[in-house]
Amino acid sequence: MGEDSLLNIDGLGKAYGNNLVLDDFSLSVGHGEFVTLLGPSGCGKTTLLRLVAGLETPDRGRITLDGADLTPLPPEKRQVNTVFQSYALFPHMTVFENVAFGLRLKGVAGDELGRRVATVLCDVRMDGFAQRYPHQLSGGQQQRVAVARAVVNRPRVLLLDEPLSALDARLRREMQGELKRLQRDLDMTFILVTHDQEEALSMSDRVVVMEGGRIAQIGTPREVYEEPSSLYVARFIGDINLFPGTVRDRLDEKHLRLDIFGQTVVAETRRPFAPGQAINLLLRPEDLRLGEGPAKVAPCFAGSIVERSYRGSTLDTTILLDDGPVLKACEFFDEDDPDFDYRVGERVQVSWVKGWEVVLSDGE
Amino acid sequence: MKGLRLLFFGGVFCYLYLPIVILVGNAFNLNRYGLHWEGFTGKWFVAMWNNPGLMEAARHSLVIAFAAASLATAIGALAAIAFIRYRFPGRRLLQGTMMTLMMAPDIILAIAFLVLFVALGIALGFWSLLLAHITFCLPFAVVTIAARLEGFDPHLLDAARDLGASESRLLWRVVLPLLRPALVSSWLLSFTLSLDDVIVSSFVTGPAYDVLPLKIFSMVKVGVKPEVNALATIMVGLSLILVILSQLFHKEKNTP
Repeated sequence: MGEDSLLNIDGLGKAYGNNLVLDDFSLSVGHGEFVTLLGPSGCGKTTLLRLVAGLETPDRGRITLDGADLTPLPPEKRQVNTVFQSYALFPHMTVFENVAFGLRLKGVAGDELGRRVATVLCDVRMDGFAQRYPHQLSGGQQQRVAVARAVVNRPRVLLLDEPLSALDARLRREMQGELKRLQRDLDMTFILVTHDQEEALSMSDRVVVMEGGRIAQIGTPREVYEEPSSLYVARFIGDINLFPGTVRDRLDEKHLRLDIFGQTVVAETRRPFAPGQAINLLLRPEDLRLGEGPAKVAPCFAGSIVERSYRGSTLDTTILLDDGPVLKACEFFDEDDPDFDYRVGERVQVSWVKGWEVVLSDGE
Repeated sequence: MKGLRLLFFGGVFCYLYLPIVILVGNAFNLNRYGLHWEGFTGKWFVAMWNNPGLMEAARHSLVIAFAAASLATAIGALAAIAFIRYRFPGRRLLQGTMMTLMMAPDIILAIAFLVLFVALGIALGFWSLLLAHITFCLPFAVVTIAARLEGFDPHLLDAARDLGASESRLLWRVVLPLLRPALVSSWLLSFTLSLDDVIVSSFVTGPAYDVLPLKIFSMVKVGVKPEVNALATIMVGLSLILVILSQLFHKEKNTP
């Protein structure tokens, strides 16, 4: 909660009947920051956006923008604009009129209106489409117009509600880059809602992972991916492999000794754990290393390949460990051995890059 | 096969339109009783024009239909917006009663109106007729307009608010323009409903304010007069033009 934060959300609560959608939610967003709210549908992320936009009223809590209380203001009085999931372009207006809508209501007219609309259409690369109607545009073009219609008002905060979910994978990746560029160029604060973890990781300065109306974890994309605070966050962001085990004892302030399938494993963690506690050791597919012979480094688990799939830049394998769990591994081809491959049924030894493991309590 | 199909289509069209064709034909038939074709004439149109009772009834009908259609559409639009946009106690009940009004037999409505007007001491004439016509047109207007409103992306209204539109600007700049095709349909529907209503009108108007269907009804009691054929021909032409206009309008505005 720094002094320089632009938007402050403090203890926000919202329920529909008995259904608690947001529960004591607090978040600070700084100027020029790109924050993503990530979570499955029904976790309250869209409701949070609507509360900030003023389209819903909170049951509890306060929202301030630049220190001024937004909570009692209707949406038309807030310096906040929204890009809706369905784009919500006015079908009876041309692209120009759609983008000019907000400016006209603020009394901008004549040359200035034309100039500002033209500039913003240029920013989203939609110049030349000003006289078209929304139904004459493709999904991606409508999306750009929706963004233009919002940013032309120069909001302090731009809210984007799953803006890319209706686009195909390729266009989505392209628009991710465009949105990021626009955000940098306009030096505007963006709050994006998505359920797509890849989108969240690639675009944001900070990711807020939400679970049942609360924050499960807040951090940079790197932090939430590499140091997830719970199994929920780990599962939600990326593929995971879990080794169940128990804590034996703590070696020093950074290291913990664990029992996993009868082997002793030393893992790095600063979080507090009690001896005897059930844990899961988490490893991402790209953290795993497969070897053919008996491994030189412990820990090492034997298993056999049950599936391999060639992905172009990586080779993905599924391994059934002799101890039970099924693992997913993802290895890059390297220059020393460009044609490495596995046969289904081949015996392998699984280990991992030391220090890349994450210890999570078995609570969830 | 092809001949059979043609025959079938011919049969259907004859079934639907032969009565109207005969009526239009008789409007130009020299034979007064329309029993056989005697030659072309336009004199029944002149006779119609010179029948002051008939022309006055026609004028009354148009005035009532115009006023009832406009008011029913205006009230219907506001009601539909209220039903779709706001949640208020009694909303479902009110919506349900609209449907009841639509399905109630005309004769029941007619008697109900008569009893009400008599009880309130409203003289039977223009005002009673107008009130009754607005009432029976209203449910159709609401249903037509509400259907269009329900088809909207609800986020359109949110987007307008978000961009700075107050409630009244929202109504004028977004909701009403989007509703235009439904408003036109509703108006045309109400206009026709009002224009050809016999049952309700016969109960709620007085001798001072005769409307066309009633006038025709009283004229044909002693045999169809050829002036009536002429008038009917004009009205068929008028409805045809209205239908074509509304279709053109719909096609042009039929965008999501």
